[in-house]
Amino acid sequence: MTGPRNEEEHEELRRERRALTIGAVQALILTCAAFAIPATGLLTGLAALAGIALLGVLQIAVHFRWFLHLDLRRSHRHDLQLVLFTVLIVTLMVGGSIWILFDLHDRMM
Amino acid sequence: MSLLGILGWSDIIFVKAWQNPSISEAIAAGAGGAAVLGALGAAVLVTWLGAWRTLWTGWLTSLDHKKIGIMYIVLALVMIARALIEAVLMRVQQAAAVGDPGFLSADHYNQLFTTHGTIMIFFMAMPFLTGVINYVMPLQIGSRDMSFPMMNAVSLWLTVGGAILMMASLIFGSFSTGGWSAYPPYTGASFSPGVGVDYWIWAVTLASVGSTLTGINIAVTIYKRRAPGMTLFHMPLFCWTALAVSILMIFAMSPLTVATAMLALDRYAEFKFFTNGDGGNMMIYANLFWLFGHPEVYILILPAFGVYSEVFTTFSGKTLYGYRSLVLATMCIAVLSFTVWLHHFFTMGQSAEINAAFGIATMLIGIPTGVKVYDWLLTMVRGRIVASTALIFSSVFLVTFVVGGVTGIILANPDVDYQVHNSLFLVAHFHNMLIPGLLFGMIAAVQVWFPKAFGFRLDERWGRISALLWTAGFYLAFMPLYAMGLGGAMRRMRSWADPDWWPWLLAAEIGAFLLLGGLATLLMQFWVSVRNRRALAVPGGDPWDGRTLEWGTSSPPPEYNFAVVPQVDSRDAFTAVKAAGRAYSAPETYEDIEMPKATMVPLAIGLLAAACGFGLTWHIWWLALLAFIGIWGAVILRSFQRETSRVIPAAEVARQHEAWLEMVRGLPQTPRRAGLTPANSGRAEQGEPA
Ligand code: HEM
Ligand SMILES: [Cu+2]
Repeated sequence: MTGPRNEEEHEELRRERRALTIGAVQALILTCAAFAIPATGLLTGLAALAGIALLGVLQIAVHFRWFLHLDLRRSHRHDLQLVLFTVLIVTLMVGGSIWILFDLHDRMM
Repeated sequence: MSLLGILGWSDIIFVKAWQNPSISEAIAAGAGGAAVLGALGAAVLVTWLGAWRTLWTGWLTSLDHKKIGIMYIVLALVMIARALIEAVLMRVQQAAAVGDPGFLSADHYNQLFTTHGTIMIFFMAMPFLTGVINYVMPLQIGSRDMSFPMMNAVSLWLTVGGAILMMASLIFGSFSTGGWSAYPPYTGASFSPGVGVDYWIWAVTLASVGSTLTGINIAVTIYKRRAPGMTLFHMPLFCWTALAVSILMIFAMSPLTVATAMLALDRYAEFKFFTNGDGGNMMIYANLFWLFGHPEVYILILPAFGVYSEVFTTFSGKTLYGYRSLVLATMCIAVLSFTVWLHHFFTMGQSAEINAAFGIATMLIGIPTGVKVYDWLLTMVRGRIVASTALIFSSVFLVTFVVGGVTGIILANPDVDYQVHNSLFLVAHFHNMLIPGLLFGMIAAVQVWFPKAFGFRLDERWGRISALLWTAGFYLAFMPLYAMGLGGAMRRMRSWADPDWWPWLLAAEIGAFLLLGGLATLLMQFWVSVRNRRALAVPGGDPWDGRTLEWGTSSPPPEYNFAVVPQVDSRDAFTAVKAAGRAYSAPETYEDIEMPKATMVPLAIGLLAAACGFGLTWHIWWLALLAFIGIWGAVILRSFQRETSRVIPAAEVARQHEAWLEMVRGLPQTPRRAGLTPANSGRAEQGEPA
C-alpha cells in the first residue's frame, strides 16, 4: 500500500483538503462580517451597502481561488480568461436589461 | 377530467376538416396527412431495405459525433421541406388575396408564418449548423470525439423531440398564431386560450435546452481535445467560428429558456409576469426574448462564415488571407452581439438616448463583418480557382450578403426603423441575411464534406442547377419585398386592398416556387449522386486538395477518426504534411483506442421529452408526469452502467489503417483542375507547396 502512485495520491488529497479548509474558513469569516455590518450597526446607509457589496465580491474571489482552483499560474490562464469573459457578458446582459427596464419604468410613471 | 386531458375527437385535423369543410381546412388536413404518410413511408422504406437493425445499432443509438452530425442534418432537411412548402403557401395566398380574402383562413395563415419562422430558426437552421459543427469540428482539431459523447446524443434527441411536437401539431389541434417571437400579452392565456402557444413553448424549450448542452459540449471539446501542437491559432477558421457559436449558445439560450418558462407559468399557473394588468409587464418578455434573439442570429450566421472561409481557401488553393483579422473579427462579433438586442424593439417606448446607444452599437458590427468580406475576396485574388458548386454558393453569398448587410445598417438607425419596422422591408432584410448567410453556407458545407462522410462526391451539374435556382429564386422572392416595405406594406398580412402591389406579390410568388425548385434539385442532386457513386468515388479521401486535418483520414473516416492522433505544428496542417511529402506514411506504433459504446438512453430521453411536452400541451397530466419521471429514471439508471466504452485493440487499428494506406498509395494523383471530373481519385497531386 505504499507504492509511489499511492504516495502521490495521498499528497494530492492532503493539498486538496488544505485548500478546501482555508477556503471554507475565509468564506465563513466573510459571511459573518457581512451579517455583522447590519447586526452591530457598525456602518449605516450607503456605507453599509457598499461594505456588503465589497464583501460579496471578496466572497466570489475566495470561491474561485480555493474551490474552483483559479489563479494566475500559466496553466490556469484559460480558466481565468473564461471567468473574466463570463463576467463581461453577464455584466452586459444584466446591466443593459436594468438600464432598459428602469428607463421604461420611469417613462410609464 | 378525462384521461386524454383536453384532447377530443374534433381536435384531430381530419375530423375537423370533415366537420367544417373549406379549402383552408382541406389544406390543413392535407398537411396532416402528409406528415402521417411521410412517417409511414419512412417506416416502410426501412423495412423494405431490411435496415431496421443497421438503423438502430449504427445510427439511432450511436454516440459517434459523425453519425450524430449527419442525423442533425437529416432532421434539418426534413424540416426545411415543411417550412419551405409553408412559405410557398403563404406566397400563393398573398398573390391571390389582393382585394380578396384568398383561400386561407386568417387563423390558418397566422399559423403558417408562426410555424414557418419557428421551424426555420429552431428546427432547420439550428440542427443544420449544429450537425455541420458536430461532423467537422472534431475532425479538424484532430480529436476522436466530442468531450461528452452521451450529452451530444441527448442534445440531438431533445431537438428531435421538439421537432416531433411541431409535427404533432399538424395532426392534433393547431399551432400558435403568435409569430416566431410569441410576444405576450397576445400569447398569454386570456388572448390565446388554445393549445397552440403551449406547443410553441415546449417545442422551443426542448430545442433550446438541447442547444445549451451542445454549446457546452463544443466549447469544452475545443478547449480540451485539440491534437498535440494545435494551438488555438493553429485551428482552422471554422473551428474559431464554432468556438464563438458555442459561447453564444451557452449565454444566449438561457434567457430564452427563462422567457418560455415564465410564459408557461403565466399560462398554466396564472402567474402575472407578462399580463396586461395586475403588475405584469410584457416588456420583460421582449427584453428577455431579444437578449436571446440577437445573439441567436449570430449563432446562425457564424458557422456559415466558417464554412465560407474554408471554401474560399480550399477552392482558391491559397492560405486564408488575413487569418488573424478573421479570428479577431469573429470574436468581436461574438462580444458585440451581446450589446445590440434592443434594436429589435426600438419602437417600444424607451428614451431616445438608449435607442441611440444601441443603434450605434449595431452599426459597429458592420465593421468586423466588412473586414471579413474583404478577407474572403482577397483570398480568391490570384488563387487557383476551382469553380465547384460550393464555391458558387459562396460567391453568391458574398454579393448577396452585402446587400442584406447594408439594409441592416439602414435599419440600425432608430429614425428609419420607426418608418419600416414590422414591414416587409424587415422581412426582406432578414431573409437576405439568413438565406445567403446561413442556408447557402450550410448547403456549401454539404457539398464540401459530403465526400468525406460518404466517400463519393456530389454531382456538379445538379449542384449548379440548384445554385442557379436558389439564387434567382432568392432575388425574385425578396427584392420586391424591399420595395413593398418602403411603400408601407406590413409583415404578417394575409391580404391587401391595394391592387398596385399585385405585380410585386406575383414576382415574390414565382420566386418562392423557384426556391422550392432549388430544394428539389438539391435532393435530386443527392439521388443522382448516390446512383452514380462509382464514377464519383473519391476513395483517397482528399478530393479538394484539402488543407486541414480531416482530409488526411479515410472517407468515411473510421469511428475513431484518426488511427494515430496527428501532431500539428502549423495552420493548414494537412497542406504542410503534403508539402513535406509525409502524407500517407505509416506511423511507427499504434495504440489501443477507447470509444464510447452505443446506448439507447439519449433516444429514450428525447422521445420521453416529446411525450412530456405533448402531455403538458394537452393537459394530460399523467402522461407528462410519467414521462418526466422516465427521463430522470433513464439518467439515473445510466449512471449505474459500468461498461460504457469499448476498446479497439491496436492490432485491429493497425490492420485497418495499413490497408487504407496501401490502397491510397496505389491511387493516381489528381491535378487541381481535374477536381470536378471523374478523374478525381481523392488523392491530390503533391506539387510544389502553395
Ligand atoms: C427559402 C425560402 C423562404 C421563403 C420563400 C420564405 C418566406 C417567408 C414568408 C412569406 C414569411 C412571412 C412574411 C410575413 O410575415 O409577411 C416569412 C417569415 C419568416 N421567415 Fe421565411 N422564407 C424562406 C426562408 C427562411 C429561412 C431560411 C429562414 C430562417 C433561417 C426564415 C425565417 C423566417 C422568419 C423568422 C419569419 C418570421 C415569422 C414571423 O413573422 O414570426 N425564412 N418567410
Ligand atoms: Cu438583432
